Amino acid sequence: MARVWIFGNDVNTDQIVPGRYAPYMLKNEDDLRKYPFVEARPDFAPNAQPGDLIVAGSNFGCGSSREYAPLALKMVQVGAIISPLFARIFFRNALNLGIPCFTADLTNTLQDGQQVEMDLEGGIITTEDGMRIELPAPPTFMREVWRSGGIVNYYRTYGRFPGEQ
Amino acid sequence: MAQTLSEQILSHAAGHTVQAGDVVTVQVGLAMMHDSLSPSIIKVLHQELGAERVWSTEDIAVVIDHVAPAANIQTAEAQTKLRRWVREQDITHLFDVGRGISHQVLVEEGLAQPGMVVVGSDSHSTAYGCVGAFGTGMGTTDVALVLATGRTWMRVPETVLVRAHGRFRPGVSAKDLALRAARIIRAEGATYAAVEWHGVDFLSIGDRMTLATLSIEVGGKAGIIPPTGEAAAGLNVPDWLGVQEGATYKQIVDIDLEKLEPQVSVPHFVDNVADLTEVGRVAVDVVYLGTCTNGRYEDMAAAASVLKGRKLAKGMRMLVVPASSESLRLASEDGTLNTLLEAGATIGTPGCGACIGRHMGVLAPDEVCVFTGNRNFRGRMGSPRANIYLTSPEVAAATALTGYITHPQDVLVAEEV
Repeated sequence: MARVWIFGNDVNTDQIVPGRYAPYMLKNEDDLRKYPFVEARPDFAPNAQPGDLIVAGSNFGCGSSREYAPLALKMVQVGAIISPLFARIFFRNALNLGIPCFTADLTNTLQDGQQVEMDLEGGIITTEDGMRIELPAPPTFMREVWRSGGIVNYYRTYGRFPGEQ
Repeated sequence: MAQTLSEQILSHAAGHTVQAGDVVTVQVGLAMMHDSLSPSIIKVLHQELGAERVWSTEDIAVVIDHVAPAANIQTAEAQTKLRRWVREQDITHLFDVGRGISHQVLVEEGLAQPGMVVVGSDSHSTAYGCVGAFGTGMGTTDVALVLATGRTWMRVPETVLVRAHGRFRPGVSAKDLALRAARIIRAEGATYAAVEWHGVDFLSIGDRMTLATLSIEVGGKAGIIPPTGEAAAGLNVPDWLGVQEGATYKQIVDIDLEKLEPQVSVPHFVDNVADLTEVGRVAVDVVYLGTCTNGRYEDMAAAASVLKGRKLAKGMRMLVVPASSESLRLASEDGTLNTLLEAGATIGTPGCGACIGRHMGVLAPDEVCVFTGNRNFRGRMGSPRANIYLTSPEVAAATALTGYITHPQDVLVAEEV
């Protein structure tokens, strides 16, 4: 089971990891795992379990290009992020790191703290009371990048960028 | 078929004609990396990608601007390692502590050129649009891939067109135009799109950078100003680059500068913008003039024109962090610096300063800051309990004199009467 963490609209990267907690500023880079939403939602990092879902409003991840924002989410093994609209750089960074992102607005469908089953391959969420939510299928290249575990492995495997012949 | 500036530049960089929506691989003209993300970029390049050398020693610029000078032992050590890596890789362009903010420096140095694809490890890399380049921000992994291959892949963006009409009234400037556009387009309105700014031929390259940097705050992948007008006369514009009649725009926004009032971005979202006259009496503790958006010579000069012969309000602090050493030199040369100092402002090392809340003016809980930068997100400049208002340099200077958010004309006209 995966816990649902609900966030609002326009969650920016300063909310996900403030600049003061960048790996550049830390004595131990691995400490980054302690800091996702350190100020915006202090109960997140200590309680997040592998596979948990972030269900956010629109424009998730707007702001800075800091890849350590999605990296911090990867370190706590977030299962997927679901938002009706991802900010561009965050989306790209998350894809590069192999974090599944689905484009849908479930902030009014699911509740914070709810336990659900997430089928990543099929893009299907099933709630405890049997509700089945089918997420829009991401483009094929995106699934390929996820399966590779990120863009670095993808590039090393295929010797080309997505979309390139 | 007529093309937007982005379509023209990306067609050129892809080597074939492209249009919005296409996913293409393009040749990168210039790659910028700064001290904050460089350690992770270098790690991905060597350890994960297994590349030994960068693709070009000439087309990469390394800038130490995010924590400059170093604030603690970690950043000092990381910067030492970065300098060593630059030497090992034989990279030509290293701009060290005090030279200034990457975006400003790369434009001053003539490295960012019209028609070029410029990528940077910084979201405000849209800045390079001020000279008619396609500038875009990327994270660690994408920049590492560029360093290894000289190429990147992207979706060709649609374009949101902002058309300015007329001229600014006294006390109103490029920042007000950009904030007004953010108020209309909103924070997510240009996501995955580029922003083109037309009708601004009369603006300096610096003012164009104000527009270009704020393009990311509406989600823009790039923010491009056509390289025309007096300020662009010295640029080497390729003959294939220019506004084409009949290009397709996703949205067109018209702004009448003759009617534009000073704009204020109210905490904690950049697009939460109001006319200055609507925000009421907001008491301010600190005024911060700086950043790639408004920390240039012309911004300091605009502030000095308001501060001249006057003193900061009692209890007010005003920090000025020039965008570059060249901006600082120009301000020193014509007396602008003296005017700032005589009014009671203080000057920091050119660089990003407190914009990322790491050093040189971090805010305390409940402090109110008027900031000429580009983000007022909660916790951006320090405590999540601080409040940041974004304004033009003119409004920032007037505010420093009165202690509350003030229209520059209220200071200037009051004295004349």
